[in-house]
Amino acid sequence: MAFESLSERLQEIFKKLRGKGKLTEKDIKEAMREVKVALLEADVNFKVVKDFINSVTEKALGQEVMESLTPGQQVIKIVNDELIALMGSTQSRLNIGNKVPAVIMMVGLQGSGKTTACGKLANLLKKQGKNPLLVACDVVRPAAIKQLQVVGANVNVPVFTMGDKVNPVDIAKASIDYARSHNSDVIIIDTAGRLHIDEELMEELVNIKKAVQPDEILLVVDAMTGQDAVNVASSFNERLDITGVILTKLDGDTRGGAALSIKAVTQKPIKYVGTGEKLTDLEPFYPDRMASRILGM
Amino acid sequence: TIGRKIDEELLEELEEILILADIGISTTSKIIEGIRQKAKERKIYDASQIKELLAEEVYEILQKDVEPFTLTSPMVILNVGVNGVGKTTTIGKLAYLYKKEGKKVMLAAGDTFRAAAIDQLEIWAERVNCPIIKHQEGSDPASVIFDGIQASKARGIDILICDTAGRLHNKKNLMEELRKIRRVIDREYPEARVETFLVLDATTGQNALQQAKIFKEVSDITGIVLTKLDGTAKGGIVVAIKSELNVPIRYIGIGEGIEDLQAFDAKSFVSAIFQ
Ligand SMILES: Nc1nc2c(ncn2[C@@H]2O[C@H](COP(=O)(O)OP(=O)(O)OP(=O)(O)O)[C@@H](O)[C@H]2O)c(=O)[nH]1
Ligand SMILES: Nc1nc2c(ncn2[C@@H]2O[C@H](COP(=O)(O)OP(=O)(O)OP(=O)(O)O)[C@@H](O)[C@H]2O)c(=O)[nH]1
Ligand SMILES: [K+]
Ligand SMILES: [Mg+2]
Ligand SMILES: [Mg+2]
Repeated sequence: MAFESLSERLQEIFKKLRGKGKLTEKDIKEAMREVKVALLEADVNFKVVKDFINSVTEKALGQEVMESLTPGQQVIKIVNDELIALMGSTQSRLNIGNKVPAVIMMVGLQGSGKTTACGKLANLLKKQGKNPLLVACDVVRPAAIKQLQVVGANVNVPVFTMGDKVNPVDIAKASIDYARSHNSDVIIIDTAGRLHIDEELMEELVNIKKAVQPDEILLVVDAMTGQDAVNVASSFNERLDITGVILTKLDGDTRGGAALSIKAVTQKPIKYVGTGEKLTDLEPFYPDRMASRILGM
Repeated sequence: TIGRKIDEELLEELEEILILADIGISTTSKIIEGIRQKAKERKIYDASQIKELLAEEVYEILQKDVEPFTLTSPMVILNVGVNGVGKTTTIGKLAYLYKKEGKKVMLAAGDTFRAAAIDQLEIWAERVNCPIIKHQEGSDPASVIFDGIQASKARGIDILICDTAGRLHNKKNLMEELRKIRRVIDREYPEARVETFLVLDATTGQNALQQAKIFKEVSDITGIVLTKLDGTAKGGIVVAIKSELNVPIRYIGIGEGIEDLQAFDAKSFVSAIFQ
């Protein structure tokens, strides 16, 4: 693993803290410096780290901790609890009501894993007894429609397409009628990857949203994303008021600190994680596991 | 104007800039320490000057021991990297660039795994108007590359550009597959110069360093293509990679269009970090 030495260092610090009867302010500050390094190496955003360390330090320096019989234990617990709290302490599920068809829309940067996530979600919903329809609204990327069709065929879910010469807003609209007349109860819209600063393409998403009133707008984010994750997530959230996040490529050895940053700046839950290229590689998100991963433990 | 003095607060500000650019804490600390030293030695006390010093330091890391990239013939370019970074798109852009420079270019569709990856590369081959060697989805990628090499020899191709499937560096079997591809090229085309480009997405954080280490070990990467620099990410992890592994950055991707590729220029890259 990439960060073994760091996590070892961290364990070492925590062990020292645990072993101490009483902690001085200096002990705590020293430990917090190590935590700060761990978070930055995990790609948690610099500003998020600063806030986090300040708030944890304040809590750790509180009376109860300093005077407790096991102060080290207490500090570790504070770090962990705060991390989990920041990431959302409960597991979040898809929120699709009774509207037919329910609408799920995938958005995100280029290459983040949207099209694959569409297939994974379709597969999941199908297993839950739903009758999903995939909608090809990416008219930009070469062979995007073909890719969605292959993905759809793999999970045995139909794909609605109008080719790449039609406006995505019109495709999305038309897919609603198509779903109704073909007994599909949930549609999953694949959109083209775009930069959060691309005014024209962001506007397109806003218009799709207006046209089809999605139940879920899921921002698909690559778990390997670095410091820029906050800019991306807050821009998409400001424009679209997203309902949640799918974190992809967590099968790598990244520590995935972007998860924490995104949650911190958008306050939107991470709903699923992608753990592979196969269309079954989608898992619910567990905040506690992610906390340990980010700390490298 | 009389500038700010150099103090801890200023150094912290600089540290923040570097970390927000994804340069990473360890390389950032190294850079800041270097600056502290140099400022002392050169008796620099002014804040504006220290920023210049910092830019100079990063520039030096990027430029150190880098030979200019030139085209020779015959040549094989192999694009490798994790999923979704821009390998296939970069191939289209490179082919277009090299063709404009008068080279005979051919593509090999070495990603036989991802849904519609072959179709995607075919569209690029049509746009560029160059030949492409492809097999069926699911076939052995090394044998596609093998065919690409034979066809290149037969048709007097100058530059063969090979696509590969995205793979995470921690997947042992996929990395072994890549090692095999690399071996096939060396064995079948000893007279060709091989350039292996690690394609990196500029939004990637610290994990890119680990990617570079393992891809270097498996496929002997000779250069980096840094994509998606048209966004707001700075791509600073390449500074850490250059500093630790000495792999030069060759091109940058600045969009999805066929012309959205530029030769890497360390000066403008550095000034973008401090913007
Ligand atoms: N290892 C791994 N690879 C993934 C995961 N999710 C997606 N991928 C891969 O990431 C690459 C990009 O996935 P896509 O689904 O095409 O991404 P996209 O966001 O639709 O891309 P654009 O449409 O070009 O913006 C493909 O190679 C996928 O197989 C994951 O959870 N783990
Ligand atoms: N904005 C921007 N998008 C890019 C750039 N380069 C590639 N892309 C987009 O990123 C997405 C992924 O590009 P691909 O070329 O398919 O990436 P890949 O590495 O071949 O992906 P896999 O084969 O699935 O691993 C596509 O939507 C591209 O259009 C770039 O420089 N800037
Ligand atoms: K990416
Ligand atoms: Mg897609
Ligand atoms: Mg590709």
